[in-house]
Amino acid sequence: MSFETTVGAFAAALGEPSAPPPAMTHGRMGAPDARRFAVYRNNVTVGLIGALEARYPVSRRIVGDDFFRAIARIYVSAHRPRSPLMVAYGDDFPDFIAARISEVQAEPSLDYLPDVARLENAWVEAYHAEDALVATIDEIAALSADQLPETRIAFHPAVRLLRLVTPAASIWASHQGDAEPSAPTHWIGEDALLTRPDCDVKVRVLPPLAYDFALRLREDATLIEAALALNDPAFDLGTHLVGLVESGAVASIIPGQTS
Amino acid sequence: MTVADHRSLGTLGAPSVGVGFKPEHFEAIVDTRPQLGFFEVHAENYMGAGGAPHRRVDAIRERYPLSLHGVGLSIGSPGPLDRAHLQRLAAVAKRFEPVLVSEHLAWSTHEGAFFNDLLPLPYTDETVARVSEHIDEVQNALGRTMLLENPSTYVVFAESTWAETDFLREIARRTGCGLLLDVSNVFVSAVNHGFDPDRYLADFPLSAVGEIHLAGCAEDSDDAGLPLFIDAHNSPVRDPVWSLYATTIRRLGPTPTLIEWDNDVPAWPTLLSEARRAERAIVDATTKTLERADVL
Repeated sequence: MSFETTVGAFAAALGEPSAPPPAMTHGRMGAPDARRFAVYRNNVTVGLIGALEARYPVSRRIVGDDFFRAIARIYVSAHRPRSPLMVAYGDDFPDFIAARISEVQAEPSLDYLPDVARLENAWVEAYHAEDALVATIDEIAALSADQLPETRIAFHPAVRLLRLVTPAASIWASHQGDAEPSAPTHWIGEDALLTRPDCDVKVRVLPPLAYDFALRLREDATLIEAALALNDPAFDLGTHLVGLVESGAVASIIPGQTS
Repeated sequence: MTVADHRSLGTLGAPSVGVGFKPEHFEAIVDTRPQLGFFEVHAENYMGAGGAPHRRVDAIRERYPLSLHGVGLSIGSPGPLDRAHLQRLAAVAKRFEPVLVSEHLAWSTHEGAFFNDLLPLPYTDETVARVSEHIDEVQNALGRTMLLENPSTYVVFAESTWAETDFLREIARRTGCGLLLDVSNVFVSAVNHGFDPDRYLADFPLSAVGEIHLAGCAEDSDDAGLPLFIDAHNSPVRDPVWSLYATTIRRLGPTPTLIEWDNDVPAWPTLLSEARRAERAIVDATTKTLERADVL
């Protein structure tokens, strides 16, 4: 049997839980052995479940180890990694949970779980993102009134913006540390901003309009374009810009041309 | 390729024992600055774009030599190497400037699907040639030699025509690579296939060994009820493995040794005490050797 054929047969059997061990793999009795082959299948499954447990610790804490392992097992059997680069494995687990949550009628109280998982996934992405220096308040102060409206923002690579329909950011925050988590006082959606100006990921709940403002800036709008699109005369551009810079979201400020 | 090239850490004064670097131990390491020969990291954990993982290893690297251990390159694959992954490994090696770089005699990727484990291959004329080609490619890409680790296995292949020790010897001969002798893997494979681990070690091409791994294993059984050890890396090193290690050091002399505890990672003091035990084992084995020489 050629090398390619042998490995192909091994791989096929690995991926199919009900398949018998490949004929050319032997134990001590000169014959295939199901328990021996199962070690490899088990290593793969346990390793992938472990990756999900590491990526979604708060989600796991919310539903408990056993329930999390059960959902993870279903996900893993349907989602094989396509690369040895495992840093992104499980990034679509939140969507998977969302689809399953709608099936499980008995758990209306878990409707925030997909949002919590989305936040956790965004946290991991921010954690591994490229390093970059951040802009400072001094750089805003250096802009003239003429330059400000046409100024654009380049975001730090780690920035993540999330519009959550549940107070999942507050729920996530209350699960940090060992204290007993508390339920949010107001059950409303939250806009979250994740930044990582240095090594640590920071999670903030944004005030009204800040999410839409940041989203437009990220789409290359100028400050004035982004502000006007909000259609709210009370929107304070300066305060929101300072907020973004102070959070470590801004890598560079591209001053507008003076007219 | 001389022994000295592979065992560069062995020329440092003290017995060179290291541990795997785990992020949860970072504070303890920085605060206590333990005397240790080196730290080993898994290359794939540092293939993200940036952030804390890189920064921590940079900090470790400032004080300690680093050993880079790849797990995902699939050198034992019949098909071509994943060139993108090889470039990633080369980039990590370039950034951290490790004194040792190692990978496994195993495959993990097949036709674009990555299996998160180290999978076995048959030992034939075809596979010795293919693995040697892959190692040539890796060493060219890295601009240095690598160490190839002997596997722990749960099955053997009906079509194998080479003994594992001969297979490794031939690969080292063809490519000039060194070997990473995982003594726990020898123990695990010996129990699993019913051979004598001392015999395996006597046949092993020790002159090519540049590093030793020691790890814990878990006990299970096969369909016939025969004992099966699993290379779990989740517990202290077992006594039979310490004995095999002592035998190996008596033959080899002091050799960079890694305590490999990747799962159920213990508190820092526990991991450090395993390293200290390895250091004492090196001193004991060296002392015994001298005594025997005196008598003769």
